[in-house]
Amino acid sequence: MPLHFELVSPERLVKSADVYMVVVPGTEGDFGVLEGHAPFMSTIREGTLQVYATDGATPEDIPIHGGFAEVTDKGLTILAESVS
Amino acid sequence: MATLKTLKLRIVSVKSTQKITKAMKMVAASKLRRAQEAAEAGRPYAVRMDAVIASLASKAGGDGASPLLVGNGKDKIHLVVVATSERGLCGGFNGNIARAARVRVDALLAQGKTVKILCVGKKGRNALLRFQRERIIDTIDMGAVKKLSFADADAIGQRVLAMYDAGEFDVAWLFYSRFQSVLSQIPTEQQLVPVQVPLVANSASGGTDAALEYETSEEAILETLLPRNVSVQIYKALLENAASEQGARMNAMENATRNAGDMIKKLTLVYNRTRQAVITKELIEIISGAEAL
Repeated sequence: MPLHFELVSPERLVKSADVYMVVVPGTEGDFGVLEGHAPFMSTIREGTLQVYATDGATPEDIPIHGGFAEVTDKGLTILAESVS
Repeated sequence: MATLKTLKLRIVSVKSTQKITKAMKMVAASKLRRAQEAAEAGRPYAVRMDAVIASLASKAGGDGASPLLVGNGKDKIHLVVVATSERGLCGGFNGNIARAARVRVDALLAQGKTVKILCVGKKGRNALLRFQRERIIDTIDMGAVKKLSFADADAIGQRVLAMYDAGEFDVAWLFYSRFQSVLSQIPTEQQLVPVQVPLVANSASGGTDAALEYETSEEAILETLLPRNVSVQIYKALLENAASEQGARMNAMENATRNAGDMIKKLTLVYNRTRQAVITKELIEIISGAEAL
């Protein structure tokens, strides 16, 4: 079962997709989120979001700036301050 | 009685006014669509933000919590942020917001509070100048802003936060117009500082948040979240305002166009009557002239 991933900026819903894994640049270090991750919340530093659509695929890089990530049983939601 | 020529001129002038109001209505309609789209696009972020704050606030709301959440313990100086439009010709839009703000300001004054007013958009300022001139501390001009971005709202948010940190006010209110439909825009007041914790969100994320883990502490996350929330709320209000303004303008222009139509009809009637009277008079003159010969 894929991980449901949403990337939201104040202006719009940037991305909403089912993916394999997302690597998030957390304030205290990068962390990868797979399907079934425990509920979790973290702030984000400026960096690059790596989105793996499938296992072993080349990641899609999305530079983001500030915000926070929230993992619930419904999936991963990233509220970014700005997405370039 | 007006001469034929002046009547003709009148009709022409009303017709050209009608063309203008009609065009303004169309422009407002297309801008409204865009403003509505922008407001809708911004909604997911605000909704999630509310949910997160609600779940965090219930946990970290105890002692030592951020003053943005629980207030700074005082209730003396109130800041009233009034968000209005930059342009007129939109019916009662600006007037309604200004009136709502004025009612609140008067109520606060009656309770012996000090009130400071921060205007966003010059039309609200004009409306408030008459009654509350000495309380307006500044006006933020949004005239240069073509398309509202989060950065614009953030600038206002930062300013409010800076004033809060400097102890220039204890409680902040935000006035704007909520967009309900093209026909109705509701002047709304919202408490900005300290944050009103939304209640709806608890059910949305309930259950799961019991096991939630936090990287850096709950307090630290709240600490970064709450200031941003102020900007997000302002952004949301400005988006709603933009949609409301266009809706109100569309309505006002629709009415103006209809009124111009009625006026043209009436004037045309008078014009035709006058024309007939003139012809009849000429005929009588000719006939009586011929008879006299």
